[in-house]
Amino acid sequence: MSESFVELRSVNKSYWRDRLEIPVLNNINLSVPEGEFVALMGPSGSGKTTLLNLIAGIDRPSAGEVSVNGESVSQLSEGALARWRSRNIGFVFQFYNLMPVLNAFENVELPLLLTRLSRSERRRQVETALTIVGLADRMKHYPNQLSGGQEQRVAIARAIVTDPRLILADEPTGDLDKVSAEEVMELLSRLNKEFNKTIIMVTHDPRAAEKAHVWRHLDKGELNNKQ
Amino acid sequence: MKVLKLVSKNATRHLLRTALTILGLAIAVMAFAVIRTSIDAWYAGARASSPNRLVITNAISLVFDLPVAYKDKIAQIDGVTGISWAQWFGGTYVDPKNFFPQFAIDGETYLDLYPEYIIPSEQREAFLSERNAVIVGRALADRFGWSIGDPIRLTGTIFPGEWDFVIRGIYTGKMETTDESQWFMRYDYLDERMKVEAPPRAGQVGSFIVQIDDPSRAAQMSAFIDSLFVNSLAETKTQTEEAFQLSFVAMASSIVTGLRIVSFMVIGIILLVLANTMAMTARERVSEYAVMKTLGFRPIHIVGLIFGESLVIAGIGGLLGVIITFPINGLLAEVIKDYFPIFKLDPLTLVLGLVSSLIVGFVAAVFPTLKAVRTPIVDGLRIID
Ligand SMILES: Nc1ncnc2c1ncn2[C@@H]1O[C@H](COP(=O)(O)OP(=O)(O)OP(=O)(O)O)[C@@H](O)[C@H]1O
Ligand SMILES: [Mg+2]
Repeated sequence: MSESFVELRSVNKSYWRDRLEIPVLNNINLSVPEGEFVALMGPSGSGKTTLLNLIAGIDRPSAGEVSVNGESVSQLSEGALARWRSRNIGFVFQFYNLMPVLNAFENVELPLLLTRLSRSERRRQVETALTIVGLADRMKHYPNQLSGGQEQRVAIARAIVTDPRLILADEPTGDLDKVSAEEVMELLSRLNKEFNKTIIMVTHDPRAAEKAHVWRHLDKGELNNKQ
Repeated sequence: MKVLKLVSKNATRHLLRTALTILGLAIAVMAFAVIRTSIDAWYAGARASSPNRLVITNAISLVFDLPVAYKDKIAQIDGVTGISWAQWFGGTYVDPKNFFPQFAIDGETYLDLYPEYIIPSEQREAFLSERNAVIVGRALADRFGWSIGDPIRLTGTIFPGEWDFVIRGIYTGKMETTDESQWFMRYDYLDERMKVEAPPRAGQVGSFIVQIDDPSRAAQMSAFIDSLFVNSLAETKTQTEEAFQLSFVAMASSIVTGLRIVSFMVIGIILLVLANTMAMTARERVSEYAVMKTLGFRPIHIVGLIFGESLVIAGIGGLLGVIITFPINGLLAEVIKDYFPIFKLDPLTLVLGLVSSLIVGFVAAVFPTLKAVRTPIVDGLRIID
C-alpha cells in the first residue's frame, strides 16, 4: 500500500521533569493506510498512550513528523490543531470521560457545538450516532444512569458524530466486563467495516485485539512489527 | 445558547456548595451596603446643610458660649440677610436613654432661616405666643406618642431643674434628608430663668446662624466675622453649615475610618469565598477541560465556561445581597433612629455592592482559568478522578 493515511516518521518523544529527560518514544516509524484497524499493544509504560496522543494532535513530538491524511499535524498552531482535531479525529478514552452534567444526547452533541450546523441538523446527527451505537433509547440518560459499557458506547457516538475518518481509542475496553467489552469491540469492528473508519486502538486485551487486522507492539519506546 | 446551559449545569453541580457560596456573597454584599449606609448616616447632617448658612461658635470649643449681644454687630454686615441663635439644652426626658437633640432657639428668627422645617402657620403662631411652647419633629413626636397640647417635663442637666413645656407645633421635613427628630424650645424661656437662677449664664448662646445672600463669598465673610471679635472675651469661629456638620464627623473620624476599612475587608472576604469555590471547581474539572480541548474546544471556550460560572454565582449572590439589604437596613434604621435619624440606603451603594461582587466574580475566575487553559491536554487527561 503506497498511500498511507497516518504516517509517523522518525518520531521521538521525551518528557522533561525537573530538567531530567525521560525518553518515551524512540525513532518511531509507522504507516497506516486508510480503512485499517490497528491494535497497539505493549507493556504498561511503554508509550502507547503517548503515541496515540501524538497522532491525535493533543501532544507534540520532540522530533520527527506526524502526518494524517497528508496534513502535517506537528506543524499546526494550537488553534489550527484544535480545529483540525474537531474535524478529523474521534477519540475514545479508557474511562469514557463523559461530561457528568450532560445527558447522553448532550454529550454526543458537544463536538457539534463547534460546527455551524443548525439545531435540527445537530439533532439528526446525534440521533444517527446514538442509533449506530444502539443507544437511541437512552438519549435522556445521564452518565451515572448508564452502565460502563453504555457509557463507552455513548463516548464512541461522541467520537463518530462529526464523522471523522480516524478513530483513536485508548484501551476502550480496559474498564469493562467481558460482555460489555465484546459489545464495544463489535461496534468498533463495525465502524471499521461498514463505515470504513481507520482505527488505531491501544489494548492490553488479546480478545479485543482479535478484531484488529494489524498488530503493533511497543516495547520500551520502540515499535516492532508483529503480524 | 448551549454554553450558557453548560455554565448553569456546572454551577448547580454541587448545589449545596454553590448555595453556600451565593449566601456568603449575599451576606457580604448586604454587610457592605449597611456599613456604607452607616458611613453616609454620619454625613447626613453635612449633606442636608444649606450653602447659604454660616454657623458661628466659640473659637475655643463648642462647649463654650458666645454673648447673644454679638448678634447686632453681625446683623449689620453687608451680605448678611438673616441671623438667629440657638443654645443646646440637653435635658432628660423621663430616662437618660431617651436621647434627642434639644435646642433653645429664638422663635422670631430661627425658623425663617430653616425653610426645610415645615410648620403650619397657626402652630407657629402658638409657639410664638407662649413662653414654654415647643415645636418637635414628626419622627420625635411619633417616637414618644406626643401630640399637640401635650405637657412635657424635661429635667435639665446643663441647665438644672425641672422644666415644663407644652407641645404647640410639629414640623415635617421638606426633604427626605431633613432631620425630623429635633426639639425646639424658646430661648427666652431658658434665658429668663437663667437671669434669676444663674445670672452669669444668662445672655449666652451656643451658636449663631447667619444667612448670607451669596454662598460664593462664604469664606470671605466667615473671616470677616471672626475678625470683628478678635481679642474680645469670646473669639468666634465662623464656618459654613456644611463644615460645621463635618466637624462632628471629624470627631468620630476614627470610627468612620474603621467602618470604611471594614467595608473593604468585606469585599476581600467575598473574594476569598468565591475564589475558593472556583479553585475547587477548576481542580475537579481538570480532566473535563482536557476532554473538551481534545474534542477541539479552544481556550476561549474554557475561559467562557469558568468566567461564566463565576460571574453567574457572583451576580446571583450580589443580587440576593441587594434584595436582603432592604429589610436588614430598614430594621437597623429602626433600631438606631434616635441617634441616626437619617439612615437611608443610597442607590449608589447598592450599585457599588453589585459591581463589587461582579468584579469579585471576575477576579475569582482569573486564576482557575489560567490554570485550566495552561494545563497541557495530556496532563489534564492523566488526572483521573
Ligand atoms: N506528561 C507526562 N510527563 C512525564 N512523563 C510522562 C508523561 N506522560 C507519560 N509519561 C511517561 O511516559 C511513559 C509512557 O507513558 P504512556 O502513558 O504512554 O504509557 P502506556 O504505554 O500508555 O502505559 P499504560 O499501559 O500504563 O497506559 C511512562 O513512563 C510515563 O511515566
Ligand atoms: Mg496508556
